[in-house]
Amino acid sequence: MSEKKKKKLTPTQLEYQAFAQAREPKRPIVLNCIKAFFVGGLICVIGQGIQMFFVTYFHFSQESAGNPTVAVLIILTVLLTGFGVFDHIAQWAGAGTIIPVTGFANTMASAAIDHQSEGYVLGVGGNMFKLAGPVIVYGVFSAFVVSIVVIIFRALGVM
Amino acid sequence: MLQGHQTWVFESKPTIISSAAVGGPHEAQGPLAADFDLLHEDFWLGQDSFEKAEKKLQEQACETAIKKANMKKEDVQFLMAGDLMNQTVPSSFAARTLGVPFLGIYGACSTSMEGLALASLLVDSKFAKNVLVCTSSHNAASEKQYRYPTEYGAQKPPTAQWTVTGSGAALVTDHGEGPKVTAATIGRVIDMGLTDPFNMGAAMAPAAVDTIEAHFRDLKRDPSYYDVIATGDLGRVGHRIAGDLLKKHGLDIPEEIFTDCGILIYREDQPGVLAGGSGCGCAATTTFGHFLNRMRKGELKRILVIATGALLSPMSYQQKESIPSVAHAVSIEL
Repeated sequence: MSEKKKKKLTPTQLEYQAFAQAREPKRPIVLNCIKAFFVGGLICVIGQGIQMFFVTYFHFSQESAGNPTVAVLIILTVLLTGFGVFDHIAQWAGAGTIIPVTGFANTMASAAIDHQSEGYVLGVGGNMFKLAGPVIVYGVFSAFVVSIVVIIFRALGVM
Repeated sequence: MLQGHQTWVFESKPTIISSAAVGGPHEAQGPLAADFDLLHEDFWLGQDSFEKAEKKLQEQACETAIKKANMKKEDVQFLMAGDLMNQTVPSSFAARTLGVPFLGIYGACSTSMEGLALASLLVDSKFAKNVLVCTSSHNAASEKQYRYPTEYGAQKPPTAQWTVTGSGAALVTDHGEGPKVTAATIGRVIDMGLTDPFNMGAAMAPAAVDTIEAHFRDLKRDPSYYDVIATGDLGRVGHRIAGDLLKKHGLDIPEEIFTDCGILIYREDQPGVLAGGSGCGCAATTTFGHFLNRMRKGELKRILVIATGALLSPMSYQQKESIPSVAHAVSIEL
């Protein structure tokens, strides 16, 4: 907890929080990192396999094979999410499944499934980006800022 | 009658003439499965939304409780029900089906004992003869409202709890045979400044401790008076904190009688359960199912149930508010 937040708490609250914290199981961070490393790596290996498949059999170039590869991974994730398997894998794998494109596909698919009961427009349409929305908003915004910086540097003749 | 600072003693000893517990697929795999009147294999209960499924749970719990008492809906004067959903819709909709005069109540996961205390108060004060109490929660409906979509793959920490899919109902009357409600201690709202919704046990433990201490102080009782003292849904994390905190305050409850509904309802190795069960349905199904069954069998004579509730909303959490908690204790005796 940040220092600013701690200042607002009374001594009794601080004492209790220390008391409680000593009795809580901690997140197994090292184990989680190892799991995430191997699962994340495995997803990349599968992605690489799919890419090579597209290059070998469908005459894609190394670069243009990227798009269909991502699409295949997204479809696989959406299917696993729909069948209710993905969240169980993710509870075990942690960041391993959330960081790759699989995580992004899962946020959209899971929100869409959950809000299906409210209809296709207000439910699915309105809530699909509930979790993915911030990623897109700040992704696009930071890309915009970086582009402006690049343009300025180029105009100044630095790059 | 008020005794001490915040405890009601019911002199007429209102009777829980019948009770019912309805559960979902995860509860069916738990160790208390035999104590449920109805268990559903289908998470959706044949409905097209989780919210409707929760309403169905309540309807079935209420109907089963009324049927077990050989009564009709018309014999019940009031229904007190609550749940975790926005505007407590499942309760209101189940009340629409039953057509019984209805009072909606909310105390988060403490609602079951809040309802039982209020129902006993109505019966004890002769404002009603038969009052039905019902609370429910549905895992997917709660997850959807409070946390992330059901199928979202975020890793939960070991302190997180699993919301019970279930509903418990109890019919409190001024006559008949059965376990009696003898006293109730209404809790204060306690806030220790915790903010993590994946660690509700630690947030609610101080409220449970405060109410337990008030109960024994007001009634001048010793914990050995009870065969079982059960907290509502503190889970393994919160229950341990509460036990240690009570010891620190000089109130030592023997480990063999101090338990928690959230620990009892699931096996420790059940996937996804982590620190234990939670939700309005947790204390309700465990008390109205498991504990009352054991009392009727004569295995338990006196129990104290302290249902704990975390009074947060998804909005208050996002606005960085801490999680205030409340706990209500009800003593049930044969």
